[in-house]
Amino acid sequence: MSWILILEQSLNGLQFGLMLFLLAAGLTLVFGIMDMINLAHGSLYMLGAFLASTFIELTGSFLAGVLLAIAATAVLGMLLEVSILRTLYARDHLSQVLATFALILIINELVRLVWGSDAALAMPAALSGPVELLPGLRYPSYRLVIIGVGLAVALLLYVLVTKTRIGMLVRAGASNREMALAMGVDIKTLFTLVFGVGAALCALAGSMLAPLLAVQVGMGENILILAFVVIVIGGIGSIRGALVGAVLVGVVDTIGRAFLPILLGAFFQPRVASAAGPALASVMIYLIMAVVLYFRPQGLFPARG
Amino acid sequence: MRKALCITLVLIAFPVAMQWLGYLFYVSFASRVMIYAIAATSLNLVLGYGGMLSFGHAAFVGAGAYVASILVAEGVASAWIGWPAAVAASALLAWVIGAISLRTRGVYFIMITLAVAQMMFYLVNSMKAYGGDEGLTLPRRAELGLGLDLGDEVVFYYVVLFVLLAALYALHRVVHSRFGRVMIAIRENGARVEALGLPVYRYQLLCFVIAGAAGGLAGALLASHGKYVNPNVLHWLQSGTLMIMVILGGVGHLWGGAIGAAVLLGLEHVIADYPLPWLAQVAPNYQQHASLGVGIVLLVIVLFAPQGIAGLISRRKNA
Amino acid sequence: MRFGLPGAIVAAALTALLPSGGQAADRIKVGFISTLSGPSAALGIDIRDGFQLAVKMAGGKMGGLPAEVLVGDDQFKPEVGRQLAEKNVRLDKVNFLTGMVFSNIMLASVPVAFENKIIYVSPNAAPSPFAGKQCNPYLFVASWPNDAYHEAAGQHATNRGYKSAYLIAPNYQAGKDSLTGFKRFYKGTVAAEVYTQLGQLDYSAELAQVRAAKPDALYIFLPGGMGINFIKQFVAAGLSKDVPLIVPGFGSDQDIIRPVGDAMLGLFDTAHWAPDFDNAANRRFVAAFEKEYKRIPSVFAAQGYDAALLIDAAVRDVKGKVEDVEAVRKAMKAARFESVRGAFKFNRNQMPIQNYYLRVVAKDGQGRLINKTIGTIFKDHGDAYVQECEMK
Repeated sequence: MSWILILEQSLNGLQFGLMLFLLAAGLTLVFGIMDMINLAHGSLYMLGAFLASTFIELTGSFLAGVLLAIAATAVLGMLLEVSILRTLYARDHLSQVLATFALILIINELVRLVWGSDAALAMPAALSGPVELLPGLRYPSYRLVIIGVGLAVALLLYVLVTKTRIGMLVRAGASNREMALAMGVDIKTLFTLVFGVGAALCALAGSMLAPLLAVQVGMGENILILAFVVIVIGGIGSIRGALVGAVLVGVVDTIGRAFLPILLGAFFQPRVASAAGPALASVMIYLIMAVVLYFRPQGLFPARG
Repeated sequence: MRKALCITLVLIAFPVAMQWLGYLFYVSFASRVMIYAIAATSLNLVLGYGGMLSFGHAAFVGAGAYVASILVAEGVASAWIGWPAAVAASALLAWVIGAISLRTRGVYFIMITLAVAQMMFYLVNSMKAYGGDEGLTLPRRAELGLGLDLGDEVVFYYVVLFVLLAALYALHRVVHSRFGRVMIAIRENGARVEALGLPVYRYQLLCFVIAGAAGGLAGALLASHGKYVNPNVLHWLQSGTLMIMVILGGVGHLWGGAIGAAVLLGLEHVIADYPLPWLAQVAPNYQQHASLGVGIVLLVIVLFAPQGIAGLISRRKNA
Repeated sequence: MRFGLPGAIVAAALTALLPSGGQAADRIKVGFISTLSGPSAALGIDIRDGFQLAVKMAGGKMGGLPAEVLVGDDQFKPEVGRQLAEKNVRLDKVNFLTGMVFSNIMLASVPVAFENKIIYVSPNAAPSPFAGKQCNPYLFVASWPNDAYHEAAGQHATNRGYKSAYLIAPNYQAGKDSLTGFKRFYKGTVAAEVYTQLGQLDYSAELAQVRAAKPDALYIFLPGGMGINFIKQFVAAGLSKDVPLIVPGFGSDQDIIRPVGDAMLGLFDTAHWAPDFDNAANRRFVAAFEKEYKRIPSVFAAQGYDAALLIDAAVRDVKGKVEDVEAVRKAMKAARFESVRGAFKFNRNQMPIQNYYLRVVAKDGQGRLINKTIGTIFKDHGDAYVQECEMK
């Protein structure tokens, strides 16, 4: 067990956690302010990745492609909000769950119609090599860029939410919607904007992770549950909570997957240890959520006053 | 009542007709539809009558399926042991999950049911001894004795039909009992029922356990039918599919689960296996995109006809 | 009863929809189930294209009879594969079943065929239980026993004198077979034996472990999308310079070469076939495949092609009387066809006995990346499980 190994795994966990944060931030805002459970949030993540693959091919530039994908997904997200999702705000949670589940099916098939079941997205050549962080630790430069982008966005969101007027309206809406309405806030436009920002964040995560993982239909469903766990741990409506929750979940999951099989390997056969390790890591995350809910039912950083 | 009798007679006559025509495949298909009808009906109890948005119902169906399968795989072939064991296991699981989740409200309830179901999925996936991701293939269906060979498609069909009718009848009795009326009252306004002095939590937990047990029975039948089980039966997307069936058929209506299962599975089969040339000209490969239609129908129902097909039927009757 | 006229119409319509019952035995129906979507789709697509090319080159016939190939996508899900198999066997009443890429899907799906005495011709997966205790008269393998490529790779690592090897494979039957096979012929020390999740896409955790372990060689069995991601991340982490990588032939074939690119140059792998084999059948196959599909065939395409030729030869030898399944089996066992790999013969367990070669990824005359044969590792190699098989 070397320091380099622990450092590298910690970086991996941080990278995963920051990408989860991008998804969780949008999700927690939508839930906190509009009180809507949006299962289709993962589909926006998927859309961002597919759109990025097309735009990168069209423009030949990774950066341009990603930025265009973010913009396009934000626009599509806002269109979705204005047309369908708006009618769901007043409905009960069951209707919201079912309607957005239906949206998952619809968006999955539309993507399959347009792109097929998967698309290719290559890492920008300049970033496909390692960077020597420490003697003996050559860490993939692309993952470092992801960490950088994640931290920058977190900072940007923090500034936006705490230091700007819009941010103040968002916080007001999150902590007490009726009062905000009563105070004359233009709730409709605010909601649409918040949804658009959430969609943009999803697209950023989707297009950044795509070169590392794969762009495939259904990629949203896998990460959606984790995003929900993160916002429950962090506190619904709180971006700070989303960050803390996401990094916590990311690090626990990665360290668990990395070291539990080794620990279990001392007692069990390799196949069993290798299977039990990731299973236990996932179980640990849900246990953390259960424990947090038991002691602080509103999450770690509740937004509601 | 007359309509129910008619439908029952058709269901009884169906396999005889199919066997005479030589389409044993459809008898097997119909059995599968009825098993899903049982599962959807069990969800309907908790969702439609109890108002509890449980996203983890697949865990109970899956638990029943796995317990029944493991017993057969280990040599205990008797259905008289296997199926009650499956029901007991799912009931116990429902009791545990319900006890934890029903302490919470709203989205937290949904999240906890979802999270626990996913935990079960990961745990079962890691059980390499029972196939893990590859799943578990069974050498035979469970044995019922009594001279009934469950390996015969027609016999199995009648057994499943019997269970389905029993389940629907049981639901009918529960709904019209005092217990059922209290559950509906809790669904409408839990606080008021609490204020009236009734132990809401205990009623909800009992409802949850009954539904879980019924789901487990469906799971045991499913495992026997396909002679195969794999962790995907526990996945939250499966819970979603069951929910679609309930909503499609009519949440809170007695036949809602059954209608929804029949319509959804029937449509899937028709779209996949019976190409319509004129539609293929307009939309090539449309058969691979059946889920699009399902999604649109579901969305339309949620937005405009929340009472599902059963609701539309009863509205037309009353009009 | 209130059904009356509407009910009668519905009943009539339903009856019209029912498929025509028994079909004439004047055509061959083949059920082809494979992974045609998702990150590993390229494998299923290659097998399908190779198979359909053989049928096309025979004028749409197999063994002289018109052939109907019903293609289904298992979406990498065992339960979907199983349902497709049930439909093919019970509803479509196919004469042969084939196509599956992955062992887990095969293990879930083929029991349906075997129970109904339908022959399954495997163009890829052949898990070790089927080579030994569970060998089945209705299973014919046109590719190789699962362990074979890995045994050859283990032998190669021994030949190269690597003292320690780090092993990675996905946690399913084929993964288990792969590392067991490698260890059977590798005489050095196993630094670690790691099983990843099937379908896993992010290997950052595993790569960090490899870096810390500093082995002499790294052996991975990661087919399809898993391999693409692993190798890309392996290169990105700078490990390609430190640790020599060995893979089985399906870890470095066209489906992985295309997305990864030049980083694959110089990679050693083991296989039963390479596109540069110099026999008439292969030359014809490679030329036809490149002309039809505009890409270099992978080992999967070659296997799909051979599977079709095997079925074709069996049907031809029974003169089209495919209802006599025992006769078809005997004909298939004789395997009288010209395989693209050269000589072809079956072992007692109906899996091939053949040579295995060392290949390297290099550039061909036109500058394209391709696998070149550089040596023979095993001659007339069977498998380690055949003694446990009780078939004659």
